[in-house]
Amino acid sequence: MRLILLVLALLVGALASPPAARAGGTLTIGLTQYPATLNPNIESMLAKVYVEGMTLRPLTAYDQDWKPVCMVCTELPDLAKGTAQLETTPDGRKGIAVTYSLQPDATWGDGTPVTTDDVKFTWEVGRNPNSGVSNFELYKRIYKLDVLDAKRFTFHLDRVDFDYQSAGDFRLLPAHIERPIFEADPAQYRFRTAFDSDPTNPGLAFGPYKIVSLTPGSEIVLARNPTWWGEKPFFDRVVLRTIENTAALEANLLSGSIDMIAGSLGLSLDQALAFEKRHGDAYRVIYKPRLVYEHLAPNLDNPILADLKVRQALLLGADRETISKQLFAGKQPVADSSVSPLDWIYDPDVEHYPYDPARAGRLLDEAGWHRGPGGIRRNDKGEPLRLSLMTTAGNRSRELVEQVLQAQWKQLGIEVTIKNEPARVFFGQTVTQRAFPGLAMFAWLSSPENVPRTTLYCDQIPTAENHWAGQNVQGYCNKDMDRLIDAIETELDRDKRKALWARLQARYAETLPALPLYWRADPYVLPKWLEGVRPTGHQNPTTLWIENWRRKDG
Amino acid sequence: MTAFLGRRLVESLIVLLVMSFVVYGLIGLMPGDPIDLMVTADPHLTPADLVRLKALYGLDQPLLERYWNWLTAALGGDLGYSRLFALPVEAILLPRLANTLTLMGLAFAAAALIALPGAMLAARRPGGLADGAVNLAAFAGISLPPFWLAILLIMLFAVALGWLPAGGMGSGSLASTARHLALPVLALTLASVGGHLRYLRASLIEALRADHIRTARAKGLSEPQVIWRHALRNALIPYVTILALDFGTLFSGALITETIFGWLGMGKTIYDAIMGNDYNLALVGLLLATTTVLLANLLADLAYAWLDPRVSYR
Repeated sequence: MRLILLVLALLVGALASPPAARAGGTLTIGLTQYPATLNPNIESMLAKVYVEGMTLRPLTAYDQDWKPVCMVCTELPDLAKGTAQLETTPDGRKGIAVTYSLQPDATWGDGTPVTTDDVKFTWEVGRNPNSGVSNFELYKRIYKLDVLDAKRFTFHLDRVDFDYQSAGDFRLLPAHIERPIFEADPAQYRFRTAFDSDPTNPGLAFGPYKIVSLTPGSEIVLARNPTWWGEKPFFDRVVLRTIENTAALEANLLSGSIDMIAGSLGLSLDQALAFEKRHGDAYRVIYKPRLVYEHLAPNLDNPILADLKVRQALLLGADRETISKQLFAGKQPVADSSVSPLDWIYDPDVEHYPYDPARAGRLLDEAGWHRGPGGIRRNDKGEPLRLSLMTTAGNRSRELVEQVLQAQWKQLGIEVTIKNEPARVFFGQTVTQRAFPGLAMFAWLSSPENVPRTTLYCDQIPTAENHWAGQNVQGYCNKDMDRLIDAIETELDRDKRKALWARLQARYAETLPALPLYWRADPYVLPKWLEGVRPTGHQNPTTLWIENWRRKDG
Repeated sequence: MTAFLGRRLVESLIVLLVMSFVVYGLIGLMPGDPIDLMVTADPHLTPADLVRLKALYGLDQPLLERYWNWLTAALGGDLGYSRLFALPVEAILLPRLANTLTLMGLAFAAAALIALPGAMLAARRPGGLADGAVNLAAFAGISLPPFWLAILLIMLFAVALGWLPAGGMGSGSLASTARHLALPVLALTLASVGGHLRYLRASLIEALRADHIRTARAKGLSEPQVIWRHALRNALIPYVTILALDFGTLFSGALITETIFGWLGMGKTIYDAIMGNDYNLALVGLLLATTTVLLANLLADLAYAWLDPRVSYR
């Protein structure tokens, strides 16, 4: 009787729940970019970060809920727990010591344990000015390293920032492979690194996957890494195929050559919208607003744009809601400042500029620009209200937005001339050297709780003297904003910091250092059988959680 | 003949030297250098990082000095590293040159094999039905934008019919490579065959008007014999010139085909290198392309002597 009941129970169970998918198989991902180098600390490229989300892990990262989490460490340093301690630096400044423990089972793919020797080596490479590491300043900031044992170490940072827990973008290098190459000639390290000369060496990976073969410029094949300490990933192999032409990328998806298209390295938004209309029954398209802030940068050296009333009028005279709805099917939300509504520091009470052409007209009148012959406004000297608008030529979305803005501002009596340039010229010279006479339309990339120092601080205005460094290309200088930025960076209390962020957003809306447009969204095109992919919307890619990706049914 | 070949070799070396200077200068004059591009993508880079990286990559030196350093290193056999691929330049370019030559060679051969009988058919009765059909096909081929044609072929053969892969290089086996080559070769052939047909047709019509053709016909030779034995050889001389000159344009034509089909060839590599400010890769890539064109022109010169016994080289 018991046996019959057991068989019945098993049968009912089998009928009630769908069969569990069997792990294995290959997942082929289409990307539009191929990484220039696979060394995690040389050059920053989306494609490289995407691939290395599967083969390596940074010390810490922001998770899908935009909270800092440990990836290779076991616990984030904390002042309350004593793993972070305020101290005085040798030159008498306020500093902080942060202690991390590495995952006890973390092991490189060749069986060598991940230890503090790797931390020490990475720090030495980063601090060598000839090594080719791009964010040298991060390593300079870690002025001292104490190795406590094989798995524990302390970084001494030369200033106290609220993000002391995240250790910047510290990515471990395998000392047992890379040290001899680096020590032979630090200046040649960036060319000789094993990540590029011997990329299939298993000792270069400690993530869920390792590289087993690659064709430069075309394809990278990953297989499960047997030494991975975390949850076993579902797929046996992951193939990353580079197809730069997005129309061909779409055709490859439809032909079954690839299974999915990576969000930020895939289809444009309009392509994805059209694709969803045609093939939405076979694929799942996720639109994730990303920390890419599309805006109009005004050159504040231009006396017309230096007038706040004109900037306010321009924003009030632009129907951004309709632009977002009509051109982007509402997938790219309108921005009110450089802080994303998805960030915890966002203030929902920040001043919103609605479409209000009547108010915009009054502001222009107050600024001394009155309607003249032909409807174009003129000042007392008879000069027309004429502005140039520049962006990257060939970017269809931006060119459409430009045309709508030009038409809407013409209604206000502002004559806008469009002068676009190839991206190479626009970003390589015009924007970086502040050579745009009026407005420049482009995007700023940021990260969760990103302090806008490089884009808003007075000393970040690019000049010939500072070799055109800094991203404050509009030439905005507001001492109150500078003080807020300084205060936010050093405020460790979350509540107090949130209040400071609210003030910064209010100041932004009041002074309009840039005219916010919208938050760009990345379309992820996924097969319906794939689950577990959670786009992050920030710089840490979805692949950092590839072990959660699986096939829905067997 | 040896003197001719020696002279052409010296001329080619001079052309390559001038080309290297012009190309290096042009890339150097383009706005933005690799570090400027890096700065736009990484907001954390500071002015100090900028200065350090520019010095590290030698970008703080005057253009002439950079060119001289590159030239002396290249003459010593060191072509440098590619910034985009972090590998020696020759390791990137040589396999890609082979890929492009395979693609272009097959497309060239296919276009010539289609154009030859097509032009002969059309030239027999200019204005006739066959000529009209050939002209129509030729103009259709010339008018089709290559990117559109490529996407159309993918949609038909890879998506709708599922016969051929949509792109990529294949696993390396002969069968796999052949399957992956089929669509790019077809796209390039269809895009170029129209031009070949028009050149060859015009050349054949001209040749068929010559006195010796009238004599051949008067002797009672059949029309195929007249065309094959007497007209074609003369008609091929201007066609060979066009072929040799066309070889260079195929590098740029292959750029679109290579991009859409993900075929790793020279056109795409050179384009990426120029846009990514990869001096070494762009320069050596363009010099290799120039060498290929010079070589094709040398072969054309030699072919003239074979086609026309009156031509001789001293």
